[in-house]
Amino acid sequence: MKTVYTRPKSLKKRVFHYCPGCGHSIAHRLICEVIDEMGIQDKTVGVPPPGCAVFAYHYFDVDMAESAHGRGAAVATGLKRANPEAIVFTYQGDGDLAAIGTAETIHAANRGEKITAIFINNAVYGMTGGQMAPTTLQQMVTTTTPYGRDAKLEGYPIRISEMIALTKGAVYIERVAVNSPAHIIKAKKAIRKAFQAQIDGLGYALVEILSPCPTNWKMTPVESWKWVDEVMAKEFPLGVIKDITGDKNAD
Amino acid sequence: MSGNAAIGEAAIRAGCQCYFGYPITPQNELTEYMALHLSRRPGCTFIQAESEISAINMVYGASVAGVRAMTSSSSPGISLKQEGISYLAACELPAVIVNMSRGGPGLGSISAAQSDYYQSTRGGGHGDYRTIVLAPSSVQELADFTHRAFELSDKYLVPVIILGDGMIGQMMEPVEFKHEAPAVLPIRSRSLRGAKDRPSRIIKTFTSNPAELEEINWSLYRRYQLIEKEETTAETYMTDDARLIVVAFGIAARIAKGAIKSARDNGMKVGLFRPITLWPFPSKKLLELVKVTHHFLDFEMNMGQMIDDVHLSLGDKATISFYGRPGGVIATPSEVLRVITRLYHQKGLDTKK
Repeated sequence: MKTVYTRPKSLKKRVFHYCPGCGHSIAHRLICEVIDEMGIQDKTVGVPPPGCAVFAYHYFDVDMAESAHGRGAAVATGLKRANPEAIVFTYQGDGDLAAIGTAETIHAANRGEKITAIFINNAVYGMTGGQMAPTTLQQMVTTTTPYGRDAKLEGYPIRISEMIALTKGAVYIERVAVNSPAHIIKAKKAIRKAFQAQIDGLGYALVEILSPCPTNWKMTPVESWKWVDEVMAKEFPLGVIKDITGDKNAD
Repeated sequence: MSGNAAIGEAAIRAGCQCYFGYPITPQNELTEYMALHLSRRPGCTFIQAESEISAINMVYGASVAGVRAMTSSSSPGISLKQEGISYLAACELPAVIVNMSRGGPGLGSISAAQSDYYQSTRGGGHGDYRTIVLAPSSVQELADFTHRAFELSDKYLVPVIILGDGMIGQMMEPVEFKHEAPAVLPIRSRSLRGAKDRPSRIIKTFTSNPAELEEINWSLYRRYQLIEKEETTAETYMTDDARLIVVAFGIAARIAKGAIKSARDNGMKVGLFRPITLWPFPSKKLLELVKVTHHFLDFEMNMGQMIDDVHLSLGDKATISFYGRPGGVIATPSEVLRVITRLYHQKGLDTKK
């Protein structure tokens, strides 16, 4: 009999605490599949964030070091510079990477730090109860935009990946989603490429994952998965934002 | 050699492999020294970070990876580092943090001050933790204490703060480097470099179980008790027959020493007690001096911060006077001598048998 689906080796045998329909567990699994396929479990060090994924270290069977909110890129920089043989990735949400950690992220990218960022964009602060994130869409109701996000008062959803792509040290940036089998397959390819860029010593790589948050969006899982396509992907278009991995030689 | 450069050289000799900095006066010579002497060393890293917050978090990352790492700044920048210092303390990660302090609060001035005593000795960041604080008063001590800071940090797995000031950092003095880089650095058994031939590990502080966090706090507390027992240090100077003892740390102690020499020349029996570890504060050593005299003068370049520890140490067993110069104003030995002289006469110490 041929095995077509099994638990990745680098994913611990543990039940996810995530809500039904949440994209975190899919993203976790994809990263673990990539780590297994690349054979890098024994040299990978992950940097999980505060937020819903704070317990990521209970799922990834690799070395993991907690980071303060927003500081993932700086912690990963220290880890990678002190031990260049390690494969270092950060796992960060939108409040983390696109608000409090903007400076750390932009500058790590600009220095061309050889790290991989997995950026989960679900347009809200999840664990704290669904407050407005920098990526919250216009008119979207959250607990801190009870009248809907009004650009005049609360600004616009920020396209941080496009901003990071402007730095010369960023070599690969792609936006993907995990709301359908086709998107999940694409997401995995992007994650693999982002790790490969690091292994090849090319520079900073980031995969932004549009991830449903049915609990805070006040939707059913199915509604939330549709909303990613119908609303979110209109503001945050899927696809490769920057890829110069083919032009760059490993140093 | 300048004090700032001496720290840099001593750090490299102590096996510091990673330095992360950010420009702020009056500690820039240290960052520049590391850029010149560490950045191109094989296996070493120098980064001028985008902020003090990033720099301390890079230190955190490097410490997780198991190498000796340091950062430096001055008062306003040290405020920004407090988040990272709290995480380092919570995760039991070694790190050396240099504060070449300046006048505050706010942006303050770039002149030397001692107004970060509370911040250094009371935790500074959030949570129930301590950092060892070393207070040098000469360039030679900056070099020696840098070595000691790395050793203590590795021994107890706590962040160590070197609390200097803008004056000591920028003055030039001869310095002898007594310690060479250790051939083998201490192995950090908890470092994360990839789970090769062992189960994967986690370095974290968050827990949803208060009982677990209470145990972590108890474990830290027990270590702090051990540090208090083993590592408390102080210097005494001419205290054996003193009728008045000046208590001062860092550069203020050095200024006080000049004043005490003159006081002795004028026939006044004055001595100096200088805490070298500000935390742990040498309370017992200070209390022993009440056998010699009951008159103490606390002198600080702030409006009285260490004096709290002096009061806690001496209780009602002594009278404690205070002379402070805040805001980056540096008192001269003659000004301190004037205070000593006035106090000496007021207390009738000159007529005492």
